[in-house]
Amino acid sequence: MRREGSAFQGLGTVFVKELSDNISSVRMLVLELLVVLTALAALYGAIDSLRQTTSEDPFLLLRLFTLARDPLPSCVAMLGFLVPLMAIGLGFDAVNSEHNRRTLSRILSQPIYRDALLMGKFLAGLATLTVSLAALWLMVIGLGLIFLGVPPGGEEIARSLVFLVIAIFYAGVWLSLAIMLSIVFRSSATAALVALGVWLLLTVLWPMLAPALAQAISPPDPRYTALGLETPDTALWAQFLLRISPNDLFAEAMQAVLSPTTRTLGAVFLEQLRGAVIGAPLPLSESVMIAWPQTVGLIAGTIVLFVAGYVLFQRQEVRA
Amino acid sequence: MSVQQSEQSVPSQTIIVAEAITKRYGNTVAVDNLSFSIRKGEVFGLLGPNGAGKTTTILMMLGLTDISSGKVSVLGFDPMREPLQVKRRVGYLPDSVGFYDHLTAAENLSYTAKLMGLSLKERALRIADALMRVRLAEVADKRLATFSRGMRQRLGLAEIIVKRAEIAILDEPTSGLDPQATLEFLELISELKRGGTSVLLSSHLLDQVQRVCDRVALFESGRIVMSGTVAELAVQVLGAGFIVDVEAEGTGIARRLSTIPGVTKVETLAADRYRMTAERDVRPEAAAAVVAVGGALRRLSVDEPSLQAIYAHTFQDEREGVRHAA
Repeated sequence: MRREGSAFQGLGTVFVKELSDNISSVRMLVLELLVVLTALAALYGAIDSLRQTTSEDPFLLLRLFTLARDPLPSCVAMLGFLVPLMAIGLGFDAVNSEHNRRTLSRILSQPIYRDALLMGKFLAGLATLTVSLAALWLMVIGLGLIFLGVPPGGEEIARSLVFLVIAIFYAGVWLSLAIMLSIVFRSSATAALVALGVWLLLTVLWPMLAPALAQAISPPDPRYTALGLETPDTALWAQFLLRISPNDLFAEAMQAVLSPTTRTLGAVFLEQLRGAVIGAPLPLSESVMIAWPQTVGLIAGTIVLFVAGYVLFQRQEVRA
Repeated sequence: MSVQQSEQSVPSQTIIVAEAITKRYGNTVAVDNLSFSIRKGEVFGLLGPNGAGKTTTILMMLGLTDISSGKVSVLGFDPMREPLQVKRRVGYLPDSVGFYDHLTAAENLSYTAKLMGLSLKERALRIADALMRVRLAEVADKRLATFSRGMRQRLGLAEIIVKRAEIAILDEPTSGLDPQATLEFLELISELKRGGTSVLLSSHLLDQVQRVCDRVALFESGRIVMSGTVAELAVQVLGAGFIVDVEAEGTGIARRLSTIPGVTKVETLAADRYRMTAERDVRPEAAAAVVAVGGALRRLSVDEPSLQAIYAHTFQDEREGVRHAA
């Protein structure tokens, strides 16, 4: 059965309205302040230690993102932790608040399809996150210029732009998840709690659980243990399990893109080391190739979660 | 009042036709084999207790919920296949309508007007006009958070006016309103009808429905028990609906009164008091009859058939039937 008219009629209107709601909301202001302040703190630590080594490093700008100084984690690690929070904050009440305010049936009785409403909300959320992350990115580069006084090279800018794109899709995964939960749960509070629970599980507990699970699936070989080495099978399983978490995918992709010397993520095979100059930076295209599977994983996660929410929303009853 | 209106309006084309529509949720049947039709320009009332399937029926007509079986045609369109065509022409005021509290009344309307695809100029014109018609022009730039329930309902009606809908579907529009707000709202519905909009109204508040509706359908657990004008239902259920009390002095009045067509019974309550039971409002004829026999007419009053009585009678019968069956 073919529907008449475009599924995207009204998409622009919904997008603009949701975007202006997002940007003017107090919630967004608080989340953005949180992210900016923590990123600034991380950046401050990085700049301080970079000043001593300014002349020795060819990728000074990228170090701003990756350098950690105790007790603060690096700027990228901070983002990996806080970007999901921002995305969840934007999405957890996307659909159920329309139900609870009883606006949903009124909006859907206008000549639009449900597609336009959901898509508009998702794109507006993603656009909001893009704007915030882009602002953060500009801030880091600007501060780097002011405090380090070294203009960034073309490749550094290119690499940091790749970082920006991957970070947006990382946020997209969490936004899709939050919107899906807002469709499943009629109460905003429940949706928010479940989303935060998933976030805590994947960012805090999963890195501890994954190795344990790996050991259960493939017990370490005592011969390796006796030598103080990791059993290859167990290590592979641990990595495989870790990669279920979008956090891990983001961290790995960031490592490949922002640390040009990264040659591989995970186990190193002997043939990969043939002819390699250890410690020499890879060209950008090679680094992107290394980060590609992780990036695709994040994009796929965004799409799959969005589609799941989309299907649920299409089948949901409108009435409160 | 409502009876006279329905007699004046010429029966014309039907705009909503439902043929044997059924809605099932799992094993429960919310709407059971429902058929009815609504004519252009009339106010049609869906009456029934809460949970009788009124809202589900309305949502099916808007294409907002799937129909399990049967067919609906709204203005010649199938809501399942051509929902946008239907939704472009039909305005819907949901049960306890909601708006965005952080936006003003005008902004709320502007958002839906944009979704309707109206141009900037058209939007400004129509919104100003609609807000004036529902008497919310002074609060157009106030945030919705400060609005009372009655104001929200009126704003919902303004949205239908902005849309210039051919059919307005109102779901429980007056429930939870205070008497004054209810009166105002009913007046707005009448205005809408005078503007040429057909209205489908659902409610469980009988006297209000009776005040504005041309025809009604009584709803009970997903089925229409009966439908027609209030007077028709009265004849059908109560035998006859109108009680006309006449107080007049003179001879032969009772005999003369009983010859009026439509009168089923004349009782003589006292020497100068008569009670007539009739199928319609026969006051003019009664007055003429009294004058014709040279009587002095002192008082003439009519009790219109009350929907309340019809409703109570219908469902009381049904409940007794159940008891007998048990």
